Amino acid sequence: MKVQVDQSKCQGHNRCYAIAPELFDVDDMGNAFAIGDGVVEPHLAEKARLAVANCPEYAISIVE
Amino acid sequence: MTTLDEKSIYGPVTNWQTDFDHADPSYNENAHEIWSELRGTCPVAHTERYGNTWLPVTHEYVHEIAYDTEHFSSRGVVVATVKPSDLPDAIPAPIGGAPPITSDPPFHQDARRILLPAFSPKMIDEWEPEIRILCRELIADMKAADVVDAATQFAQHIPVNVIARMLGFPPEDGAVFRGFVHDVLEAINLAPGKRAEAFMALDAYVAKQVQDHIDNPRDDLTNFLLNAKIYDQPLSLQHVGGSIILLLIAGIDTTWSAIGSSLWHLATNPVDRRRLVDNPALMPTAIEEFLRAYAPVTMARVVKDDYNFHGNEMKQNDWVLLPFPAANRDPEEFENADQVLIDREVNRHAAFGLGIHRCLGSNLARLELRVAVEEFIAAFPDFEIAPDEVVKWSVGQIRGPRELPVRINARTL
Repeated sequence: MKVQVDQSKCQGHNRCYAIAPELFDVDDMGNAFAIGDGVVEPHLAEKARLAVANCPEYAISIVE
Repeated sequence: MTTLDEKSIYGPVTNWQTDFDHADPSYNENAHEIWSELRGTCPVAHTERYGNTWLPVTHEYVHEIAYDTEHFSSRGVVVATVKPSDLPDAIPAPIGGAPPITSDPPFHQDARRILLPAFSPKMIDEWEPEIRILCRELIADMKAADVVDAATQFAQHIPVNVIARMLGFPPEDGAVFRGFVHDVLEAINLAPGKRAEAFMALDAYVAKQVQDHIDNPRDDLTNFLLNAKIYDQPLSLQHVGGSIILLLIAGIDTTWSAIGSSLWHLATNPVDRRRLVDNPALMPTAIEEFLRAYAPVTMARVVKDDYNFHGNEMKQNDWVLLPFPAANRDPEEFENADQVLIDREVNRHAAFGLGIHRCLGSNLARLELRVAVEEFIAAFPDFEIAPDEVVKWSVGQIRGPRELPVRINARTL
C-alpha cells in the first residue's frame, strides 16, 4: 500500500500532514508530498485512509 | 476608529430566494436555516441588490465556481454597493486591489508564491508560544468577573495582535484595524460614496505604515514585501499596500469569528464542553468540526462575461457569493451535516476555500483557534451564555459572534 499526493491538485490545506505526519511532509510553500516512496506500514493504514478522506481537494490517493 | 454613517440603502429582506441580502442582520443569525431551505428550493438564490448577486448553496455548485477561474474572476471578493467595475482607478484583473486574493491566473500564482513560505505550517508553528502567552494575558485581564464577553474581551484581540506583530504595525492600533475591518467587511450596504471614504482612510493608514518601514527597515512582513520581487522587479508600492490590506483585513474578522463561534458552541453544548475538557485528545477533530460547522468565510467572485450557470443567466459583472459554510452543511457531501460531532473523523470541509485561492493564512488561523480554545477551557472549564444577555452576530460575508457574553461557572485560576 502506497500514498500519493497529486501536486497539481494539492492547495496546501495541510490536513494530511496534521493527520499523518509519519506519511506526509510539506514543502516551503506549504504543499504536501508523500514521505520517501509513499509506502504505508500496516499500522499506519488507517491514518492513510483518513488523510485521503479529509483532503478537501481530493488530491491524495492510495495505490494498493 | 472610523465613523461612517451606518445606513443601509436597502430595506429588510422578505424573500431569501429572490431578494436575499447578506447584510440583513437576520441572515447570519439564521444562516443555517436559510441555506437549508434554499438548498431544497433553488439551489441558486438571486437578488438585484448590490447590482445583481447570486448565491449558490450546494457543495457541488460552490466547488464548481471556486475551480472555474475561466468564467469567474476574483477581482472583487466583497459583495458591496461598490463594484470593481464602478471604480475608474481600480487595479484591473489579473492583479486586483489586494493581491493575491483579488488576482486571477496566471498572475495569481506568482503573487501568492511570494507570501506562501511565510505562512507555511513550519513557519507558523513558531508563533505558538507567543499566541499562548497572549491568550493567557487576555484571560488574566478578565480577572474574576462572573460575566465576560468572550468575543470583545478575548477572541477579537488574538488575530489583531498577531497580525500587527507580523506586519510590524503598532499593536496599540488594534481598534483602528478593527474599524477598517468593519468598514470593509460589514459596512457593505452604504451609499457608494460613503464606502469609498472608508477605503481612502484605509489606504492612507497603510501608506503611512509602509513609508515608516521604508524609512526605518526592520525584520517583519512589511519589509519582506518591500524587498520581494516579481518577474525580477520589486513589487510596486500598490502591490505591497494591497497585499498588506489583504493580510490586515482577511486575518482578523475571520479568525475572531471562528474562535467566537467555537466558544459559542461550547457555551451552548455542555456535553461537548465537558468531553473536551476531560479529553484533550479530541481537540484535533473538534477544531476541524468547528471549522466545518461554523466556517466563518463566504467568498465572492465577479462574473467575467455573460454565462449560463445551470440555468441561471448570469450577466457580466454580476456578483456571485461563495458560501463555503453552506457547502459544509450540505447533506449530499457530509453525513449528519447539521449535527456538530466533535469526534468526526471524516471531515472534508471547505472552511478555508477550495482551489487556487485556499486561505493563505489557514495554518495561522487554525493555530490561533486551537490555542484560544485550549486556553479558554483550561481557565474556564464551565461556562454558559449569560442569562438575560444577548449574543450579537456579525453582518456580511464573515459570520461569527460580535458580542458573546458568557457566565463563568468554574475557573481554575
